[in-house]
Parts: sequence; C-alpha cells; structure tokens
Amino acid sequence: MTDLQAPFSSPPRSVWDRLEPLLPRVQQPARYIGCEDGAGEPDWSSSVPGGPVSWLFTYPDTYEIGLPNQGLQILHEIVNERPDAVAERSYAPWVDLEAELRAAGVPLFSVDGHRPAGAFDLLAFNLSAELTYTNLVNLIDLAGVPVRAAERRADHPLVCIGGHCTYNPEPIADFVDLVVLGDGEEVVSEITEVVLAWKAAGRGSRREVLEQLARVPGVYVPAAYEVSYDGPRIAAIEPCWPGVPEVVEKRTISDLAEWPYPKSQLVPLTEVVHDRLNVEVFRGCTRGCRFCQAGMITRPVRERPAEQVRTMVAEGLRRTGYDEVALTSLSTADFSGIAEVVGGLVDGNGQGDACGQVSVSLPSLRVDAFGVGIAAELQKGRRSGLTFAPEAGTWRMRQVINKLIREQDLYDAVDAAYSQGWRRVKLYFLTGLPTETDEDTLGIAELASRCLEVGRAHLRSPSVTVSVGGFVPKPFTPFQWFGQNTVSELQRKMHLLRDTVRPMHGAQLKWHEPRATQVEGLLSRGDRRLGPVIEDVWRRGGTFQEWSECFDLDLWTDAMAAHGLSIDDYVHRHRTEDEILPWDHLSAGLHKDFLWQDWRDALAEVGLPDCRWTPCYDCGACTGYGIEHIVASATPPAGGSQGTGQDLDAPLVAVPVELVSSAGATGAGGPTS
Amino acid sequence: MSRIRLRYEKLGKVRFLSHRDVARCLERAVRKAGLPVAYSQGFSPRARLHFGLALSTGYESLAEFVDVDLDDAAPAAAGVHVDELPDRLSPCLPVGIVVTAAAPIETSLGSLQESVTSCTWQFDVPGVDPGTLAAAAERLLAAREVPLDLVRKGKQVREDLRPLIVELSTERAADGARLVAELGTKPRSVRPAEFFAALGPLEGDVDIHDARVLRRHQWITDDGARREPLMVADPSPHAQVRAS
Repeated sequence: MTDLQAPFSSPPRSVWDRLEPLLPRVQQPARYIGCEDGAGEPDWSSSVPGGPVSWLFTYPDTYEIGLPNQGLQILHEIVNERPDAVAERSYAPWVDLEAELRAAGVPLFSVDGHRPAGAFDLLAFNLSAELTYTNLVNLIDLAGVPVRAAERRADHPLVCIGGHCTYNPEPIADFVDLVVLGDGEEVVSEITEVVLAWKAAGRGSRREVLEQLARVPGVYVPAAYEVSYDGPRIAAIEPCWPGVPEVVEKRTISDLAEWPYPKSQLVPLTEVVHDRLNVEVFRGCTRGCRFCQAGMITRPVRERPAEQVRTMVAEGLRRTGYDEVALTSLSTADFSGIAEVVGGLVDGNGQGDACGQVSVSLPSLRVDAFGVGIAAELQKGRRSGLTFAPEAGTWRMRQVINKLIREQDLYDAVDAAYSQGWRRVKLYFLTGLPTETDEDTLGIAELASRCLEVGRAHLRSPSVTVSVGGFVPKPFTPFQWFGQNTVSELQRKMHLLRDTVRPMHGAQLKWHEPRATQVEGLLSRGDRRLGPVIEDVWRRGGTFQEWSECFDLDLWTDAMAAHGLSIDDYVHRHRTEDEILPWDHLSAGLHKDFLWQDWRDALAEVGLPDCRWTPCYDCGACTGYGIEHIVASATPPAGGSQGTGQDLDAPLVAVPVELVSSAGATGAGGPTS
Repeated sequence: MSRIRLRYEKLGKVRFLSHRDVARCLERAVRKAGLPVAYSQGFSPRARLHFGLALSTGYESLAEFVDVDLDDAAPAAAGVHVDELPDRLSPCLPVGIVVTAAAPIETSLGSLQESVTSCTWQFDVPGVDPGTLAAAAERLLAAREVPLDLVRKGKQVREDLRPLIVELSTERAADGARLVAELGTKPRSVRPAEFFAALGPLEGDVDIHDARVLRRHQWITDDGARREPLMVADPSPHAQVRAS
C-alpha cells in the first residue's frame, strides 16, 4: 500500500511531487506544506558511517493541535543541533487527505522535507491524550510499518513514544518498540548515540538495538517485560530479557536554565491552537492537587531564572514577529519572579520598540485576587473573559482533592475581575470525584450563583460560564485506586447541575461528553490486554476519537465484548492496596506508599500544603533522584490563601517556610534565601 | 500617517495558504522588519494593512498587492526608505512570498478592491490538447451569453459570465495546454473555478483541481487606459526565487 525504502545512506526522496496533486482536493491544505518560520533546513549530509540518525517527531492529531506542542519542538531542535543526527516532523493527516493518500499509495510524510515516514530510523510520537491511541496505530500503518512491534524487521523504523500518557503505556505496548519516561532533553541524545553505533556497525538485529536501548535510564522496552495474569488481575510483571532494570525510572532534567529551548520556536503559516510565542517559566508543580497527573509526574519544581525568561521573551518576539507571548507552566502565578517579569514586559512595550502592541497571557490563572491583579496589568486592552479552576463545589470536596482554595479566595478573585472591567467569568469543575455527594455537585451551582451576586455589585448583567468535566483517575496519582463514575452516574450529576443552573440568570453550563470520558478512563488505567481492542477499533475506522464528530463509543464496547473484557472491571472498579497495577514496573519517582497515604488522607478530608514552601513529605521525586526544587523565592507569592487553606493576609510568619536541601544542588536560579 | 503600496508574488508550496494566512504572514513580516506600521484605535488595535482582491487557496500569483499605513510620528519612521522595502520585507516572509515592488501612494487613492477592474489568469492544464482548449475558448468568445447557475441566499439565480470574459488565448504548455484569460471584477470577480467550469467538459474529465492556476496581472482601467496598481521594480535577486 505504501512505499518502503531500504536503509539508505543518501536522504530519502521527497514525496512532494505525488502529494502536491492531492492537496487541491482537501480541506486546509496549508497544514501539509511545512515552511514554518524557524524550521530551518534539516541537514542530512552527515558523513558518519551509516548516515545520520534520523528522527521523525510525530503528533498523532491534526497539525493545528500538534504543531504548537513544545515538547516536540524542543526535541526537534536538540536533534538537529547534532552533527550526526537529523529530525523532521509529521502530524496526522485529516480523514480527507488520508483517503487520498491511501488511494494514491502515498505514505505518511514529514512536513519539513516531505520525506516518507518509513524511511526514518525512529518514528517518535508525543502522546498527551489517551484518545489518540488509534491515531498512533493508524499513522504507523500509514508509514508502511507493521502496526505490531513483534512483526517489524531491522529495516523498519523504531517506534518510540513520549509524553504524559507514557506513564501507563501498557494498552499500546504491542505497537511500540520503546517508551521514554519523563523529560526528553537529555535522553534523546543518549538514544541517538545507541542507534548511531548500531547503524555504524551495519544494523544488526532489532533485538540487539532494543536490548541496548533498554539499558538507557528512562527508556522502557515493553518487549523486555512479561506480564502474567490471574483471572482479571495481573499476577506479575517481570523482566524477560537479561540486564534490563526491574523498575524503569523517569528522567528529570535538574535545571531548566541549561535548556533554553525552543530557541527558535516554529511560527506556522496557517492558524493553529496557542498561536503565539510560548516561554516555559517553570516545570513541575507541587501544589499537590490529587486529581492532577501532570502535577504528580513532573516534580520537583524547576524555575527558569527570571532574567532568562526576559531574554527568551524579548528575543522570541523579535525573531518571530508574534504580538502575543504566553508564560507557560502548570501554575504561572506561582513563579517567583512573576511580578518583576510581568512589570518588565509591560514597561518594555512601546519603548524604542516601534512595533509594540504586545500582549502577554498566562494560560493558567490562580484563583485569587493576586492572579487577577497580574492579569489586569497584562491585559490593558479589551477585557472579555477570565477563567478560574476551583475544580470542586464545596470546601469538603476541595480538601479531598487537595485544591485548598477557600470560597473567599474565589469571591475575591471574581470581585477583582468584575471590578476591573471583565464581563465574563468561566469556572472549571470536575465531577465524579472520590466521595462526591450530590451536595458537593450542587455546590458547583451554589458557587456560580454567589459569583453572579458578586458580579451584580459591578455590572447589570454579569456572566458566569460553568464548565464541568467528568473525572478520570490517572496513574501515579493518589486517585489511581479510585473506581471512576459510570456514564449514567456522570450524566445524572450533569443533569442535576443543568436543572439547578438553568433558572439562574447569567449562568451557562457546559459539559464534556461522559461517554468519551469512559473510554479515556479505560485507556488511562488499562493493561496490555487492551492492545487487540485498540487495534480492532482502528481497523473499524475509529480514528480521531478526540473529535466529537468522530468519537464512537459503540466501536469500543463492541471490541471489549469481542475480546471478553469488562469495561466495568477496567473503569468503574476500585483497586485494592495489594493489587499489582499495570504500571508498577515504571516509576515517576513517587513512592507507592506516599501515594497510598495521600489517598487515605483524601478519604479523611485532610489537605496537604505545597512542599515548595513547607517541609518535605518525602514523596520520592526529589530524594530518589538526588535533585531538588529550584525556586528563586523562599516565600510563597502574595495574596489569598495560596492553596494552603489558611488566611495568608495575616503576617507571613504564619507560614512555615523551609527549603528541602539535598546533595548535588547546582545551577543558576537555585534556592536563595 | 502615510501609505505605501507593496506588490508581491505567491509561488510554490505557499500557494496552499489561504488569503487569511497570507495576511497574517504579512502582519508578522511588517513587525519583524521593524516597520512603524500604524495601528487602529480601540480595544483591540490591529495593524493597518489593506488587502486587495483575495486570492483563493491553491492559486499562485505574480501580482498581489497590499497597502500599509505607516505611523510617521514613530521613531522608526525616519529609517524607512521605500526603495529598500522589498529587500527588507522578503527575508521576513516564507519562501515563495516575495515583495517585488514598493511605492508611496496618496491616502486619498481608492482602495485596491474598488480600483481593480480585471485580472489576467493563466491556467496550465495537464493532459489536454491545445486544440481542444482553443476550441472551448472560441466557443465562449462566440457565445452571446455564458450562463452560470448559482444558489444565492437559498435561491436559484442565473448570472451571465460573458460580459466578464475580456480576452482569451491559448498556447502549448509542457505537458498539456495553457489558457490565458482576462476576467472582469465588476460588478463582482469571476472565480477562476466558475470560468473553468464554463469551458465545458475536457478530455480525461480534468477539473479545476488538475489545473495549475496563476494570477499574472491585476488591472486598473482609467478612461480606457489599462495599468497595473504597481509595476514590478527592477529585478532583485529575490524575484527569481521559486519554492518547490
């Protein structure tokens, strides 16, 4: 069906001539041409024996969604800086182009050089959402590569995955050759070197290179481990190749200051999501929200020095011509240097810079008046809407999930927003949380109603949008043992909310489709037995399951039934303490007993303050790897309760502050007093 | 405030950009080049760029135009030399979009969309005999009426394309035939796809998607005299660059 080129020493030939006639027939052809500003010309001319190691970094969703992915851009740049390696990028063609490609026998291609995907040494996917798994399989097939790893030969690419979903890659273990856990900045080069040596030695067997790769810290080779079952439960997960670790640990870069990437962020020629300059101000988050996988698996907090942030913003704006920059992280208002950085950016506008008019955005706003103050400083122009994420409707529920925001914090934030000219407030909530009662669910409506009241002091008709998503328990969180709510239970709760919110003047309710939430839950905590299910759904045309117009629950329920598997058992069942979880042979640094204790604390409604500014709980993320938080300020930023649940408007001495110290602390931006 | 008119080409891979995409590329290029562009007033200020007739996604052009308002009071205004603009802007644009001329114009001059009266299009049609294409063109020129059925606001309407077909000629091309057509823009522009369909069925059922379409010229007719909104400046090294 597609071209497969033999191992080459000259660059693979472009398929542009065959692709070009297809493009006038598809929607938005601009997403297939590449040509982004900053992409450069990948250099295939390396003289290393066997040719450069070639990576194809692929996002398994459309170009508009995938191009802005910062992880792939960082790795694309790092690999292209090496003289012995080359990287290009690819994205999922939309269904119209896929049909044209298959009919014309044109394979998946890179957008940089329009080279066939099957001719690269490594097909590396970023997986950020479970519902893209069928696209992963589809793209491997479209590359002309056997979808099952076991059927690949030495001349097929190595299929590699990274990103947050890889903390439980078991459902897709059949389709991938290697999995990278954690930060990719360092390990991408270590993998390159192993593959380089293998190529230089004349490409031995596939097993040979995978055995080498399995010894690289942070690299997990699923084929090197065997899973045995006892009925529906896992009996054991054991290494079956010699020399591979029993537990694969994630990789963590200790100092973000050493990695000022992307140095030349790509500027697409057509519209994409997050179409602006993005500067990552810190990685990791220790707020400790128990539902949040990102906050658990990316510890510890590593801030970028404020000075470097300023330089990256100034140079980035000049180079790209963007008029918007986002300061990204999991909670940017917590950045130690936020006030100075923001002040500098705002003052910098229009000074000597003839093309001023730059706007700055914070993708995640903390729920308090301080956060709104920063937003007010940044958004001088039109103020339409502000978004907050209280996540749960009652204080009890917020203690369970450890989102320690007092009701007063929210009202202060909303009051600040309406009084400073914003007209719409959007509130994000989860439903289906552990121990949730109808009182908690209805608390969401109560908060919305009180926010409207606060707004009426400033506006005649304030608007509040309540957005509710069904909660999906994720691996390596304290809620990994929790049985997810059923579709009908989530629907009941959403209808309860809908009926309560409907009569409120100025309030709108939006919710996510609970049926898609169920499949997300299935894949997020599933095991290897789901491989054939995913393959079946793909074979029956179930791609782009992230897209509501393509999502089809029946494909999943049919495939589960066909393989004798129970959705109920995978999704809705509470796990027990002694149960072997499908990801027990992988590690995000967190001790399992820490997570279990945090789960017990959740059930006891006990909150846990942020360990950046309080003593260590020994979750394992720092101590296990001999690294530590890199936070420029030893005190929490001003305003509100800061997620501690305490009134921090009282003197700061009330907050215990102590930085964890451990061996090997280095680097600019390290802890200062 | 002063106004300059830019002429640019859109050739190669970038022909798949939409009109809106090109507009955004030009806005970024103007900022990157440090031009003191004027901004609109109001809550969300926008750079004041005035575009001419839209070029449909997929078509190439040698003759696109945009008018840019400059803020003469800005410190950078002193550094603007109109002659240097093509060389200053082209490196800030994607490969295939090349600024070929720049000139100051009066702000009182009519907008590009109002002034342009016709465009010359080139259709390269693979696999078609030049004779067949010439015959189809002659049929159109000889017709008293070239009806086009459209659905507008839910209603069937019939328009006559004939008055908008100004001139047609054909020639042999690399692997098929080339048709050059001057098509009117008043009261509305004929879409190249509408015109192509009016040629009637061609060999091998080729359709507009098989043709390579290029806008060669835009014309302003004043008192019978025909001129371009801005002539191409002396060839610069950039003008020879073609993507893909």
